[in-house]
Amino acid sequence: MTTSFQNVIADRHKYARQWKARTGGKVIGYFCTWLPEEIVYAAGILPVRILGSHEPQEMAERHISSMYCPLCRDCLAQGLSGKYDYLDGIIGPFSCLHIRQTFASWKTHVPLEYSYYLYVPTIGHHAAAKPFWVKQLTKFKASLEEWTKKPITDDDLDKSINVYNTNRRYLRQIYDLRKDDFPPVSGAECMEMVVSSQLADKAEHNVWLKSAYHEFSTKKERKDPGIRLMILGSENDDTEFVRLIESLGATVVIDDHCTGSRYFWNYVMPKEDRLSAIASRYLNRPACPAKDITQERRRFKHIPKLAKDFRAQGAILIQQKFCDPHEFDIPPIKEILMKELGIPSLHIEMDIVWPLGAYQTRLESFLEMLQPALV
Amino acid sequence: MTITKYQTKPLQCWQKAKELRLNYFKSVMNAKRDGKLLAMVDSGSFLELPAGLGDDYIPFEGHPYGASVGGDPEFSQKCVEATEAKGFARDMCAYTRNFWGSMFLNEYLYGGEFPKGEFAIWRSACESEGKFYQLVAEHMGIPGYALDFPLLPGQEKDEDVIEYVVDQLGACIKWMEKVTGRKYDDEKLLKAANNHFESTRIWAEICMLNQTIPAPLDQKTIYTLYFPSVALRHMPETLAFYKEVLAEVKDRVANKIAALPIEQCRLWDDGIPPWYFLGLYRYLEQYGAVVLGSQYTYALHGAWEDYPDGSWGPARLPQERGMRMKTREDILRAIALWYEEKPMIRAMALPEIKSRQLLRIVQDWHADGVMMHSNRGCPGLSFGQVENYLALQKSGIPTIIYEGNAADKRELSEAQVLDRIDGLMEQMGIRKLVGL
Ligand code: SF4
Ligand code: SF4
Repeated sequence: MTTSFQNVIADRHKYARQWKARTGGKVIGYFCTWLPEEIVYAAGILPVRILGSHEPQEMAERHISSMYCPLCRDCLAQGLSGKYDYLDGIIGPFSCLHIRQTFASWKTHVPLEYSYYLYVPTIGHHAAAKPFWVKQLTKFKASLEEWTKKPITDDDLDKSINVYNTNRRYLRQIYDLRKDDFPPVSGAECMEMVVSSQLADKAEHNVWLKSAYHEFSTKKERKDPGIRLMILGSENDDTEFVRLIESLGATVVIDDHCTGSRYFWNYVMPKEDRLSAIASRYLNRPACPAKDITQERRRFKHIPKLAKDFRAQGAILIQQKFCDPHEFDIPPIKEILMKELGIPSLHIEMDIVWPLGAYQTRLESFLEMLQPALV
Repeated sequence: MTITKYQTKPLQCWQKAKELRLNYFKSVMNAKRDGKLLAMVDSGSFLELPAGLGDDYIPFEGHPYGASVGGDPEFSQKCVEATEAKGFARDMCAYTRNFWGSMFLNEYLYGGEFPKGEFAIWRSACESEGKFYQLVAEHMGIPGYALDFPLLPGQEKDEDVIEYVVDQLGACIKWMEKVTGRKYDDEKLLKAANNHFESTRIWAEICMLNQTIPAPLDQKTIYTLYFPSVALRHMPETLAFYKEVLAEVKDRVANKIAALPIEQCRLWDDGIPPWYFLGLYRYLEQYGAVVLGSQYTYALHGAWEDYPDGSWGPARLPQERGMRMKTREDILRAIALWYEEKPMIRAMALPEIKSRQLLRIVQDWHADGVMMHSNRGCPGLSFGQVENYLALQKSGIPTIIYEGNAADKRELSEAQVLDRIDGLMEQMGIRKLVGL
């Protein structure tokens, strides 16, 4: 079953093209997981997240400052080079200025039928945020309806919410299996499931997840996980990187990534006012640093809890080069994990196109350092 | 070619601007001794909001302080190193690193220990701004309140945004009353808000006068003059000061008193300058190149408005637009609108907005070329800069970008900057003034 997930990731463009041909529907690309995909999916549109290609490029430098993160430059280069020429539109939910720059340059230089800039409140739990955002979502929904020339009914939204919640439920169930002393599923496999979920039609993805859950939960042969690790930080869709970690005598048992748990952790709780229900879900989802600017520091409670629940023994803090939001959070998180839970961390600065071998020695020394603690 | 030589003389208000600035930083330093209410409120935030707590309120503002530290390379170096020693990355916002470093070292640039506020308020126009004061409040162990100010790309005033901001400001006032135990006075808020409205409007009027040929002001001078419009915009002293500046600049225009004796070309500037290398403006004078200003100096807090007829200029005061100013909500609405219209904030939504602004400015201020600082110390204002550069080039406007850092000297090569400037002058066919 894991091959279905891997195939979508490897052949994401082919998958989207075939989906289009099969359904006659539109495909939109989106940047960042703050997009309330339920509304898009309810309009019969397939939302696909634009992620890294991990290939060196030079095109984006003509549009984005070299001090912006490699992910946002990689994404833009793919747009400019025509890799996503099947997209009917793009949506830029408001998150950080690096990826907003990608959205802006893409919409300026790549011909498209549709583009939408969707503001997402920075302080989701402020009492004023929800009523404001519901109004923004109402405008967004109307814009999609105008584009597709089809109303999005409550029934469409209900079906969409159901598909998305099902996806989340399966992913959480599979993640929960990793709490076991001998997790039946690896970190790389989990990342593949989440990343592919951001690329595939969720209804189809749910079928694969269902059978994956069955396969993993009944798996008899389980190997010793070695050192239990948490990975967290900037956007990271590099499953090969996780595979590398796991080849060195460790297992990634939990993450706090937007290509991982942050994407699916909480559900839309059905309510009469569908947009309000959807808004609540996003405004209260596990935050990324850009959406965690209050004194409450929601991340600093959520992350140690995950580490504790999944019994992580070490943490790898990943930071895309120049990623401001995470650069601000990484040092205090490192301190909290150590102070509160005695969990040591390794901070890795990443460039999406750097060869993986560059990290191996540091990973090995970190794991070696963790070894005595286990005795 | 005949070269016109203009009369020039130093600006009388210049010294006063310097005093206002220094007095401000000293008032922060002495706040505790003088029994004043020092609050950590960044200049990007709603500076006037705590004014309702009492006349003794003094904001300690991160951006102006980070910039001032940047102007002292030796101290700045110590500060950024102190921040880096805590594990923070070298490529983060340089103002933040300067401010934090000074705070971690417990050393204030103007002497003594690092002043500690009683509470903090911040908002996030860029992610760094949102995280900057979050850690300041934590480090100081004081209560903090974050505000969200939506960046939307629309040109029109957005009622939903105004309402959203008003709700938050109202909640913040209640919170301030709770954490300080003081009763909030709306009259004091109104006064501070009016000072802000009027002084930033007059600042825009002053900047408009620089459309004149020869320009009465140059960027070097403007760096000293604009400070109150940013850091002290809620103060009556600022309003009085800008009235004086306006009168003096009007007089310069009437009498053709120029910033430079020879104005061979007019340049528009983009971004925050390298504060420790303002010598680059002196270098430009060798070419008779007058630098007219930047969105940073004109519009960081200068108040501009798109008029209904499509033109733009200094913003009309809320009262002039028929806005009621009776209740707290009325005042907060006027404040929210004032911030929503700020061109620099708008430009941070999408690069095309700033490109439009730039093209309009180049035309209205009769600029011959543009000089952009790709400031590695400010990811916020670097947003869209490369696209802006392309838009200017497409319109045939000679433009250069030079790399540097507003407040971290390690990231700028002076020789390279001067080289770029030479290139721009060559593009425009401007030669150095020799023997004039
Ligand atoms: S959050 Fe970080 S990794 Fe993600 S787009 Fe922004 S800068 Fe890049
Ligand atoms: S990055 Fe620039 S805009 Fe953002 S907080 Fe720093 S100085 Fe201000």
